[in-house]
Amino acid sequence: MIGIEVAAATIRLTVPLLLAALGEMWVQRAGLINVSIEGAMLIGAFAGVAVSHLTESALLGLVAALVASTFFCLLFGLFTIRLRVNPILVGTALNLIALGLTGFLYRSLFGATGRTMIVPPLRSLAPESLRELPVAGPLLFDHTPLVPLAFVLVPVMAYILYETRTGLMVRAAGENPEALEAAGLSVNSVRFQAVLVEGVLAGAAGAYLSLAHAHTFIEGMTAGRGFLALAIVFSARCIPLRVLAISLLFGSTLAVQFQLQASGTSVPHQLIHMLPYVLTLVVLACFGRPSGRETWKLGS
Amino acid sequence: MSRSIPRVALHGAALAAALSGLALLLLACGYSPPRAAWAFFEGAFGDVRALTLTLLKATPLLWTGLGVALAFRVGVWNIGAEGQFYVGALAATWVGTSFELGFLHPLAAMAAGALAGLAWGGLAAVLKIRFGVSEILSTIMLNFIAIDLVGYVVHGPLKEVIGSYPRSERLLPSARLVRIFDGNRLHLGVLLALAAALLLYILLRWTRTGFRLRAVGCNPEAAEVAGISPGRQMLLGLALSGALAGAGGASEVQGVTGRLYERFSAGYGYTAIAVALLGGLHPGGVVLASLFFGSLEAGAGHMQRFAGTPSVMVTLVQGLVLLYLLATGLSRPVDARAREPG
Repeated sequence: MIGIEVAAATIRLTVPLLLAALGEMWVQRAGLINVSIEGAMLIGAFAGVAVSHLTESALLGLVAALVASTFFCLLFGLFTIRLRVNPILVGTALNLIALGLTGFLYRSLFGATGRTMIVPPLRSLAPESLRELPVAGPLLFDHTPLVPLAFVLVPVMAYILYETRTGLMVRAAGENPEALEAAGLSVNSVRFQAVLVEGVLAGAAGAYLSLAHAHTFIEGMTAGRGFLALAIVFSARCIPLRVLAISLLFGSTLAVQFQLQASGTSVPHQLIHMLPYVLTLVVLACFGRPSGRETWKLGS
Repeated sequence: MSRSIPRVALHGAALAAALSGLALLLLACGYSPPRAAWAFFEGAFGDVRALTLTLLKATPLLWTGLGVALAFRVGVWNIGAEGQFYVGALAATWVGTSFELGFLHPLAAMAAGALAGLAWGGLAAVLKIRFGVSEILSTIMLNFIAIDLVGYVVHGPLKEVIGSYPRSERLLPSARLVRIFDGNRLHLGVLLALAAALLLYILLRWTRTGFRLRAVGCNPEAAEVAGISPGRQMLLGLALSGALAGAGGASEVQGVTGRLYERFSAGYGYTAIAVALLGGLHPGGVVLASLFFGSLEAGAGHMQRFAGTPSVMVTLVQGLVLLYLLATGLSRPVDARAREPG
């Protein structure tokens, strides 16, 4: 049974990474890098919990998470695309703002009562009979709709990226912006749209963490998941199927980490906690050689 | 951005805009902005105690800020001052609690901290040069690893023997940095940080090594044509940058806290990025910027006690300040210097 538990946990833990990584992949394909995806997830997680707590509707919470995170990413777009400020520095500033703002609002609005915020959780849409199937239940059906959505998005985004005009424009904005301009199209507007896509996906990732996984908000609850998503995109070199594969690798590492912590092993839990970060360095060292496609050319 | 507008006016306008935004946020959350502002001012500048606290809070920011400024000058994105600060504090705690070294003890602990930071920064450089791993990501990951490492040692090998808190033994008195004045918490680390700023200025401005480092930061291709190896300079820059942040961790544990515990740093390594940019990546500027951010930290704590506003607000303020600096183009020349490390 432990195998099924770990497999189900892998799916649960992969989803936020995958959603965020797909968003970051889109933005990097368009020639930007958004370090503040960490902050966007945190903003999404907080907005989701705050709104679903106030309205007692998980769905409204999800919508709020998407809107808040998209707005936050638009700020990133404004600074990097319009004002042409270095994306790493803007991202760092926005991460500080997200951490400070969510912490401040959480303590001011909810922390004073001393109670944990209880929110109506996002639930599975599958009927109970399917969810309680022995193996297929926990693996396939006992998930929120965000789970199948995340996995379906992989082929969908791959199709859009490689087979459609929209995808061609996104890739051109990253690989050959001059050609895009020469064709009479605006690189800036393509990049802004990519940032919007990332905003929605990062918001969904954050909402998944708070509404579907933890059922509450904790300060700094993204705990580097956005950075892991960045690492996934770097090592997958922006290729959708590889993004899926490496997301699953990271998700399974997180699942093993939690399983080890719960099993009462004698290995100190701080050392187990390091696993995904160490793995990131190893994976980057193995597959992460910069492809030379990125136009931001920072530290590559 | 028009050159005719004086830099000072732009700085002022950026700050004013950030402050009014914050006042609105405070109002919206039911706090009194004037009361919060007064508590902030009192906590940062009100009396000798407050000024001391500002200086004490500025010191770790000065160490880490100098480290980040150096890395950015060489064109390397060191986002890892936080982790380097942690491993520096860890190494200094180990030397400070485990050995008896007499009058050399403070120096030895400090050196251990700097060496640990140097190794942590050097590791990121090696990953970059040998394996092509972007230092943006590797330094962030090394931050998380260093925080877990400190969490582990204060629960395990370095945990105090008596008492059940996850924290280290007190440093031996011989390892502590002496206080500058009687009855005041200012310690020798404050002066050492200032000395480090001066040394960094001399290194960058007047030495051949400094010239090579800056050359790679300005234009790696041209530097390479001139026979300077960008890889070697990046390794040196990142290692020295880590050493400064590591010495900061040592200075904090030897001068202020006296022991190591979990979540030891209040995000000093991340604030350091804002400090370095506000300081224009110049050691002298970093000194002034660290004082400004130090006053924010000192004031925010007082504000929480006397106006009830959560102290986490300081993180928000730091982010806003950084964003406004970027928006007004004040860090534009800095930005160009730090760009395209190749």
